[in-house]
Amino acid sequence: MTESRIAEIIIDSFWDILIPGLTVTIPLTAISFAIAMVIAIAVALVQFAGIRGLRQLARFYIWVVRGTPLLVQLFIVFYGLPNAGIRLDPLPAAIIVFSINEGAYCAETIRAALESVPSGQMEAGQCVGMSYMQIIRRIVLPQAMRTAFPTLANSLIAMVKDTSLAANITVTEMFMVTRRIVARTYEPLILYIEVGLIYLLFCTVLTKLQSLGEKRLNARGMARR
Amino acid sequence: MMLEIKGLRKSYGELEVLKGVDLSVEKGDVIAVLGPSGSGKTTMLRCINFLEEADGGSMLFDGSTYEFGHVSRREQAAFRKRTGFVFQNYNLFLNKTALQNVTEGLIIARKMPRELAEQKGRAALDKVGLSDRYDHYPSQLSGGQQQRVAIARALATDPEIIFFDEPTSALDPELTGEVLAVMRELAEEGMTMLVVTHEMGFARNVSNKVIFMEHGAVVESGSSADIFEAPKEERTREFLRIIEEEKA
Repeated sequence: MTESRIAEIIIDSFWDILIPGLTVTIPLTAISFAIAMVIAIAVALVQFAGIRGLRQLARFYIWVVRGTPLLVQLFIVFYGLPNAGIRLDPLPAAIIVFSINEGAYCAETIRAALESVPSGQMEAGQCVGMSYMQIIRRIVLPQAMRTAFPTLANSLIAMVKDTSLAANITVTEMFMVTRRIVARTYEPLILYIEVGLIYLLFCTVLTKLQSLGEKRLNARGMARR
Repeated sequence: MMLEIKGLRKSYGELEVLKGVDLSVEKGDVIAVLGPSGSGKTTMLRCINFLEEADGGSMLFDGSTYEFGHVSRREQAAFRKRTGFVFQNYNLFLNKTALQNVTEGLIIARKMPRELAEQKGRAALDKVGLSDRYDHYPSQLSGGQQQRVAIARALATDPEIIFFDEPTSALDPELTGEVLAVMRELAEEGMTMLVVTHEMGFARNVSNKVIFMEHGAVVESGSSADIFEAPKEERTREFLRIIEEEKA
């Protein structure tokens, strides 16, 4: 094993790994997280407002999703559902599972943040004549999202790494591509370290964006309580 | 009579906090509600504005009757749109600037055009002496400034009456004066105000009527002069004496 061969493998594989990172890992993360946010806000609000029936449904959803492994959820949807007549392509299956999974965790984050908003905020809204939904939308939820922001950013960063599990349901994301290159070159050590570093790069960028985002929020007077 | 409360009752479980309170407010009245802590003054104010649900009693406001415990959300919102409420701990919207705090209820609840709302909002902030703080967030304002924004927020909706719940109790003594000065100015302009307070100076010099409450009931009420110069009830005399001694 010569040093020049190793250097060649690293350089050649870099683009081969990075491109699916940019075209699959990042879109998979971004789309899933966006859907997860919609689910999470809805599920958190249903609980916060104490809407009967829906509240129990929300608790059940969170209980099931948080109590089962993400990998098992991926397998059920991709390999299991065809037996029930539902056949999904790998990428849509991954998006569905990641959205539902992340939605449950983020719902808990947002619910806790909603509950941390002082009750006086709701009362003040009522006293200026606003309706419950107006107060939630304009006063309580924005404050809760500010409180939840660091935790949600943390969840997003965790999700970038979790998308590597999608390799198990044949999504050709970064880790899947790396495994293929390893099978061809027999260099697992350097290649798996290389893909690890690329994940690290992505997460570093997100961490920077998180602190930038927090600075901007603070500059708008929205310091985290 | 602009606002009349009859037999207002409220219990928390076994504890009876309000035992049938009667109260009447005429237009232009500035009424100070005095009494030791736990006398039910704040609960009374919160029940009137439906922040707490009273168990019984009725309220007449501007020709409409409200039976406590049977007031729909819509009626509550309608009542609140015509009244203002100032909290002990300000409760400014933390994610809004001073101006947005004032305009929020106008634009969102009353569907007023933004331009007009901001014009009214700035005028209200100017009135409470905060013309240089429009774009400050609550976290960037002192307690006295926050409470003045809260008063501007109540004022901007042209309320028929403003309820004050111990508006200076959370403030340092040196900040109390600036809030009281604003309230005195409103009183002089004829704003109708119902003020739960511990500020004897305000009760004596600014308000025209005083209500003394204890154990969830009104012990004595009358003109400020009568209550302070010639209180009829022994409990009122004792309360005023203790307050005087504390000050000395």
